[in-house]
Amino acid sequence: MKRKDFLRAVSGALAALAVSALPAFAADLEGKLVIVTSYPPDTTVTVKKAFEAAHPGVEVEMLKKKTTAGIKFLQETATNNKADMFWASAPDAFEVLKGDGLLAKYDVKVQGIPEKVGAFPINDPDGYYKGFAASGYGIMWNTRYLKAKKLPVPKTWAELADPVYFGHVGMSAPSRSGTTHLTVETILQGMGWEKGWALMKAMSGNFKTVTERSFGVPDGVNSGQFGLGIVIDFFGLSSQASGFPVDFLYPPITTLVPANIAIVKNAPHPKAAAAFIEFLLSPEGQAVLLDPKIRRLPVNPATYAKAPAGFPNPFKDPSLGSAVKFDLDLSKSRYNVVNSLFDVMVTYRLDDLQNAVKAIHDAKAKAQGKSNADADKLIAEAEALVAKMPITEAEAGKKEFNAIFKKKRKKADTKVTGRQAEVEQQWDEEVKANYAKAKELAEKAASML
Amino acid sequence: MTTVSRSLWGPGAVALSLALFLIVFLVIPVAKVIYVAFQDPNTGALTLINFVDFFNTSLFQESFFNSFYVASMSVVLASVFALPLAYFTTRFNFGGSILIQTLGVIPLIMPPFVGAVAMVLLFGQNGSINLLLDEYFGFTIPFMEGLNGVIFVESVHYFPFILINLSAALNNIDRSMEEAAQNLGASRGRLFRRIVFPLAMPGYVAGASLVFLKVFDDLGTPLLLNINNMLAPQAYLRISSIGINDPMGYVISVILVMFSLLALWTSFLALRGKDYATVQKGGGGLMKRDLAGWEKAGCYAVVILILLLVLSPHIALTLLSFGTVWSFSPLPDAYTAQHYVDVVSTSSTYITNTLLYAGLAAGIDVVFGTAIAYVVWRTGLPGRKLLDYMAMGAVAIPGVVLGIGYLRTFYQFDVPFIDKPLASWWVIIVIALAIRRLPYALRACVAALQQVSVMLEEAAENLGATKSRTVRRIVVPLMMGGIVAGFVTSFATAAVELSATIMLVSQESDAPLAYGIYEFMQSASGRGPGAALGIIAVLIIGIATYLSHRVINKKETERAPQQAAAPEEKVQGA
Repeated sequence: MKRKDFLRAVSGALAALAVSALPAFAADLEGKLVIVTSYPPDTTVTVKKAFEAAHPGVEVEMLKKKTTAGIKFLQETATNNKADMFWASAPDAFEVLKGDGLLAKYDVKVQGIPEKVGAFPINDPDGYYKGFAASGYGIMWNTRYLKAKKLPVPKTWAELADPVYFGHVGMSAPSRSGTTHLTVETILQGMGWEKGWALMKAMSGNFKTVTERSFGVPDGVNSGQFGLGIVIDFFGLSSQASGFPVDFLYPPITTLVPANIAIVKNAPHPKAAAAFIEFLLSPEGQAVLLDPKIRRLPVNPATYAKAPAGFPNPFKDPSLGSAVKFDLDLSKSRYNVVNSLFDVMVTYRLDDLQNAVKAIHDAKAKAQGKSNADADKLIAEAEALVAKMPITEAEAGKKEFNAIFKKKRKKADTKVTGRQAEVEQQWDEEVKANYAKAKELAEKAASML
Repeated sequence: MTTVSRSLWGPGAVALSLALFLIVFLVIPVAKVIYVAFQDPNTGALTLINFVDFFNTSLFQESFFNSFYVASMSVVLASVFALPLAYFTTRFNFGGSILIQTLGVIPLIMPPFVGAVAMVLLFGQNGSINLLLDEYFGFTIPFMEGLNGVIFVESVHYFPFILINLSAALNNIDRSMEEAAQNLGASRGRLFRRIVFPLAMPGYVAGASLVFLKVFDDLGTPLLLNINNMLAPQAYLRISSIGINDPMGYVISVILVMFSLLALWTSFLALRGKDYATVQKGGGGLMKRDLAGWEKAGCYAVVILILLLVLSPHIALTLLSFGTVWSFSPLPDAYTAQHYVDVVSTSSTYITNTLLYAGLAAGIDVVFGTAIAYVVWRTGLPGRKLLDYMAMGAVAIPGVVLGIGYLRTFYQFDVPFIDKPLASWWVIIVIALAIRRLPYALRACVAALQQVSVMLEEAAENLGATKSRTVRRIVVPLMMGGIVAGFVTSFATAAVELSATIMLVSQESDAPLAYGIYEFMQSASGRGPGAALGIIAVLIIGIATYLSHRVINKKETERAPQQAAAPEEKVQGA
């Protein structure tokens, strides 16, 4: 008994010593930190533990919200803000919050983080949000599924449009998932508006489904509901690390985009928030990202020395994420139009699109090895109809046109003509008619062979 | 005359405070959100142009048709599941009736996200059943393709509404009616057609209309199955997308509300002008008879088949919670108990929070439900129907809309002494749950009240009992079956609700189970623990349901020991 008491007294004294010996800034931190985040517990719990070990005395609370819900939450609660930080992937989400004046500026003290990853600047040029990890987009697949269905592994986006993949591919919608939006925008920027959309739609014709959540895609591939998915890298890498029979690769046209963190304006615990950013960018914090459950690409090049073999390194591998020079301003200028176009042409018309694409596949298969100019011409016409866009790139980028889709008008006198529902209905009519016509032409071509 | 108006004082005050509660916590927050539907997106002026757009858009027309089709087909399929279970267990001496009734309620307790994941694993195109069929017979069945999947999942999920309400109604039928019919020489089939079925009608309609409404408004299932061309998903997708404040989402919400009210009104009309009340209270409802051997075997076969089908999501969920990796194979690769160990050590707060929130919410619901039912059906208060419509309207409010409305309305309002905005105090979650589940409790209470004859109350009042005494001593005890049914439904569904909760949880220590499951299900390694947490939720609620069934059955046998004995003699006599 006595010995125990003695030990307790000694350990108490040691603890007191340790606390008083801590650097002055650590003692000044607030006791609490509230972070609104879209990340799963695998990420948040692991990082939280590491941070609390580095800064004992700060209790971190992670408030899990879907990115979109997180934005709504911060907007609705701004008048009486209780959150310190916003921590999520999509830079666009931070742009929205920045635009609403809900973020605070912060200067990072950690050294050694480069300006850019791939062709993308890591930090917000205006200083509101910071990149802490990079993410690229690619293709993940279920190895058992591909083996059972005897499907090859696709290496490029274009291969996903091949007839063999019909009904085997899944993707989320850009309007639902900020990361998916970046994938679509990357393809559009990498191949050009017309060609990019043509490929996007040819690929979408092979979709089994358009999932509502971005996590729906890895979930579907993991369980084998569909064989291939278009996903952000860490979904593929962490699924693999969890034991699922899946694999992942980056196609040549991809962008590396930073995942971000920012301090909310009027944060109740600003010092703890600053310490969290510094920790996340420090060598220890960056190493946490390599945890098999997280698997994100660190932004600190030195950290890759600790990475497992075969782990992608964007600072060493020049092919990774530098083929497309991603233009954030261009993406921003047509953000909602691209979302809406995708929904009208793919998400809500998936059945019609699938029917058209299937008919074209069948006609092409029949035309193989035969020469029938008329049929070939009809097939080409059908393909052109599927690819046809309701608006041009110039129109999509026009400010006045985008205003129809804007969330909030900054000034009451901003003049807008037309309503989103009206515009979408026009597109829908046109797109539906085109798909039906394409199916008809392809079937006609097939009957001629 | 003066006595009549004085007798209305009590109910009047009750009605007024109920109305006030509903206005503050339902009407104002929702109005704040759907106001957008009536704003011109460009000028902000009041307009109906958005509704014109709605009806001109082919996508919305299609969505409307799909929602209607799915809701109707789900009622049909749910009836196929519910009718045999309800009838067999109330009509015949059937071993394990309580167990069957309890198991029959379990499908209602399917936590979001895990349910559809589990169903897809079993019945999906590459699910267990189809993988096996494909391997041995070379064909597959599209259970889960397109709208089929939604109808299948929804009817499995919601058929207990019909089961609970119909069983309560069957148990409430006055035995003397049946005896009278038999004395007059009615055959069994005729007895069912002309006496049992019509008298059980209020229960069936109450259940069926709930199924219709729930399916019509349901968001989670179509979203998880990635079906977008239905009204509720369209509304949600439009409201919750970043950067789009498209009024169409709100327009669809208004249309959902209107259509639901219309459906309710139709069900009122269907029951109007008929008197379902019976004067005497039969002991245990219908006279139970024994089954011949082969009849029994047939009944058990049907019951077991139905139970297997409706419990299949839970079976799959159990496999998932014990499985290591389950990918493109009929069964998981290996089994482990690790997920449970992980969950129990980290997530006990979720469990206690859920019991607290759902229990409080269901308690509020049955008290309010009984009060509203009484005010609406037993008093002549002006505007009483409005109270009913208002409370039922909650069924049509998408959870997200209510959540956003609460944040918008109550965030500026600090609770005294706690110094926290009301919108981030845990009590707001209870209120949101209570409002969202009030319609279930209310329907159950109304159905129960409709079966209690006014004459019993009049008799009590003639004997000098006051209004409140009559309600306490006569009406409420006679309604007890319906009230407990309402409590169970509210509790069970509140315990797994997510859509409003997810907007309102402001700190993790306040989060309920559904939120925890949602968190787990967002990562590849979280599927097992998420499923384990789901199974724990199902077990807790299942036990609670079973216990309340035990309580009702015990109460009813205690209440009518003589009556229970009497029919037996008759059966022997016959």
